[in-house]
Parts: sequence; C-alpha cells; structure tokens
Amino acid sequence: MASNKIRIRAKMKGAVAEIKSLMSHPMETGLRKDKKTGKKIPAHYITEVTCTHKGKTVLVANWGPAISKNPYLSFEFKGAAKGDKINISWVDNKGEKASADATIG
Amino acid sequence: MKRRTFLKGTLTGSMLGVAASAGLLAPRMVLAAWPKAAFGSKDVNGALTGLYNSTDTKMSNDVKIKAPDIAENGAVVPITISTSMKADSMSILITKNPNPLSCSYTLGDTTEGFVSCRVKMGKTSDLIAVVKSGGKLYSAKKTIKVTIGGCGG
Repeated sequence: MASNKIRIRAKMKGAVAEIKSLMSHPMETGLRKDKKTGKKIPAHYITEVTCTHKGKTVLVANWGPAISKNPYLSFEFKGAAKGDKINISWVDNKGEKASADATIG
Repeated sequence: MKRRTFLKGTLTGSMLGVAASAGLLAPRMVLAAWPKAAFGSKDVNGALTGLYNSTDTKMSNDVKIKAPDIAENGAVVPITISTSMKADSMSILITKNPNPLSCSYTLGDTTEGFVSCRVKMGKTSDLIAVVKSGGKLYSAKKTIKVTIGGCGG
C-alpha cells in the first residue's frame, strides 16, 4: 500500500462542505540539531497548500516551519454538493509536491 | 531588407501573443509568491507589513480564536480561527516564536471564515489572529501557556 501523503475527509454539513485533511510531512524548522552529529537538520516544510473545487481555487494556505509536523488542516466552503470532487495539493521548500483528490460525501 | 522586415514582423507578433496570454492568464484569485519577508520577519509588525502592507489592525469581537489555555505539547497546539465577516485572508501570528508568522490563508469567494490547524509554539506566548475583510484588518489575541516548548533544538 502506497503511503498516503494527503488524507482527506470531505463531508456536506448542511449547505457547507467541511474539509478535513491530514498531510504527511516532517515540517522541519531548520532549528533542530541532529543529536548524533550535532549539526542542524535542514529546514524542510510545506510552503503552500491549495484546494480546488470544480477548477476554482477555494483556499491557498501559505505555511511556515511553525506548522506542526504531519499537518492537519480543516476549512469549509459553500457552493458544493455531495458527489463533487475536490483536490488538495502542496508544495514544499525543496520543491517536492503531493496531490490528492476526494469526493464530498 | 526583406529578411529584416520579416523578423521585425515576427517579433511584434510574438510580443502581442505574450501580452495577450499574460492577460488571459490573470486568474480570479491571484496566487502570489510565498511571502518570504513576512515569514522571515522577527516581529509581528514586520510580518503584517510583509503580508498586508499595513500594521493597522483593529481588535474585533468577530475574530474568534479557539485554542487551549495551556498547551501540553508546544509542538502541536490546535488552533481554530473564525469570523462571520466576509474574509479574504486570515493569518496566525505567535508573538514569542523566532518568526511570529506561522501561517496565512487566502480564501475564495465562497469559503467560510474558518480555518483549523496545528502550530508549534516555542514558549508561553500571545497568539494573534488577523482577518482581512473589506480592505481592513481585524484581530484578536489569546495568551497560550506552553509547558514543553515546540521549536526543538
């Protein structure tokens, strides 16, 4: 089973689509020291998360290293319906990317 | 002679093409580059200037912060910021972190003023939520006590 980089729960809550997501990422601040070598572990964190629905951008999150490891993100938006697809993608400071789709239940 | 005219014509044509596509490419929600100056700022005012070009914030009861009074683990502090105003942007700043700006959200037209995430706090500090609505900045503040700091190192 491939490691799931982005887990999404998308549900209609009345007229609003409630999105909850959990992303797999070390979110290293660059301030932590490796206990063995004493050297600083380089900063490695998600810088931008984008959620789209029907081709429209619903949310853009600009993140810094102060977001916790394996980040959780929840938000809500109107104008969606059960069965609609959404996409959540992220890019980090090293240029790595991940993307996942989910259907609103 | 003919070649020069031909090349000149081609260049003009392609430049028009670039201009047209640039115009067409302007998305409704402009995806700005990652706000480096804001995230790199060591103080709240610097972060706000970098984000919104202003430090003029007004305390508002309509900017709500849901967060623990005491964070057991500074590495994972759950925060929810919300507002009933029509928000274009919401940001979270942690005053005593090395770089106060932790995150900033740009909301779409139909997106609710509600964001929930988890942040790292180095020590007991004020958490400031800033909401941009109608061209103005509104804020709320909450002190969160941290027993075990979350910045590591």
